[in-house]
Amino acid sequence: MLNMLEVNHLRVWDANEGKEIIRDSSFRLKPQTCLAIVGESGSGKSLTCRSIIRLHKPWIRQSGEILFKGENLNQLSVKEMRRRRGKQIGMIMQNGMGAFDPSSVVGVHFQETLKGHFGWSKSQVETAMKKAMESVMLNHPIETMNKYPYQLSGGMLQRLMIALTLVLSPDIVIADEPTTALDTISQYEVVEQFIQLRERMGGSMIFVSHDLGVVKKIADEVLVMRNGVIVESGSVEEVLSAPRHPYTQYLVSTRLELSSHFNEIMRGE
Amino acid sequence: MLKVENVHKSYRVGGLFSRKKQQILHDVSFECGSGECLGIIGESGSGKSTLGRLILGIEQADQGAVLFEGNDVRNRHVRSGNMSAVFQDYTSSINPFYTVKEAIMEPLTAQGQVRSDQDARVDRLLHQVGLDASYQTKYAHELSGGEAQRVCIARAISTEPKCIVLDEAISSLDVSVQIQVLRLLKELKNIYQMSYVFITHDIQAAAYICDRVLIFRSGKVEETIDVKQLKHVQSDYAKQLMEHLITF
Repeated sequence: MLNMLEVNHLRVWDANEGKEIIRDSSFRLKPQTCLAIVGESGSGKSLTCRSIIRLHKPWIRQSGEILFKGENLNQLSVKEMRRRRGKQIGMIMQNGMGAFDPSSVVGVHFQETLKGHFGWSKSQVETAMKKAMESVMLNHPIETMNKYPYQLSGGMLQRLMIALTLVLSPDIVIADEPTTALDTISQYEVVEQFIQLRERMGGSMIFVSHDLGVVKKIADEVLVMRNGVIVESGSVEEVLSAPRHPYTQYLVSTRLELSSHFNEIMRGE
Repeated sequence: MLKVENVHKSYRVGGLFSRKKQQILHDVSFECGSGECLGIIGESGSGKSTLGRLILGIEQADQGAVLFEGNDVRNRHVRSGNMSAVFQDYTSSINPFYTVKEAIMEPLTAQGQVRSDQDARVDRLLHQVGLDASYQTKYAHELSGGEAQRVCIARAISTEPKCIVLDEAISSLDVSVQIQVLRLLKELKNIYQMSYVFITHDIQAAAYICDRVLIFRSGKVEETIDVKQLKHVQSDYAKQLMEHLITF
């Protein structure tokens, strides 16, 4: 079976300081699976995502092979790369507020994106977005489209991003800590929407998170990163129930400690 | 020890001359005993941070009063040295021009307690929060999130306060670091016999450290319950909160 995405010997370094941030990382994403990348902050999770879509800060350089359906993304021109982003490789960032243009209503963002990729007219965009927004439980789609990002909550913005991703239906969705900035209730709702997004699209997904609880709920496979190196990988059940590397064991045990106390209270008398 | 009585608070919305007001807190009353850890749980926008600022006396209530040992917290002599705070945003909580030592000494200097054994004192505080003496000369930007939050905690305990308000103090840290900070807070509570007001949206973290929790929703106290009784919550909202949890 052909891999959706194959990353071979990816190296990322800071050209200003000459410091290596990701050392020789290789992994593959099978079709219709969800791969989670976990690790503490500074482990290079987000940078791995940014390398795939090549959206680095100017002083961050990368080398290696990133094969998307057999095509090396690292050798594409800037213009061709731009056509891949969004339509074929979708991206959902941590901060919903920063993903939208603050000076215009969110509807404008949808119009521009969909016109750019599909050449749709205004009314076409509106009908498609209306349907998608209803499916992610946003009940007043037209009203919401006429609001500025600051008028919407973080959970709503994140669901708007998911709705847009649904319309674009890319082959791969890269979600970089999409639930971290949200409170517990919106987090639950957004995670539910992600699970449904996977079902509806049937595509692959890369899900970055530091919360193993969320990862367990959504992902099939998991990569554990530490200081720019992949220390362990495998299926979610295997890695989370019987972690082999000491670092993974540490991550799992701390998460367990937080939950077990709560679970005890809920179970106990 | 800490008593919040029928507090109301509203903010002006719209332009500078607008008269429109948005009510943030409606008639909030509760008490926090000495040595108790009280959790305040609410969604974003529920007014829990506003409540935190009122307790700290940074802002004033429209109606009602916040009393600390019977005295109004708006008087800064009541607060001075007795109340501290740790906030969510650790990057902006420490003056970027200060070294860790200066940051930790800040509340003591403000109280005029400059002594000759400063270095030893800062060392001891750093040691208590799990950092070594080499951190004294570092600046805030050289610290990781967990380290910066530890420095903030060291600063908060430097005056040996009776009460600390922790406003989402662990929410922007990694889960593995969260648990370390929670353990640290528990230990410190035993050493100093302080009370905590622990404001958070994370019920699991609150269950880990708190004795009692207030469930807070759109500016009102929905329910107050002992942590041990958490599974017997009464209100629909609290039940919904419990169901919508992602555990591990």
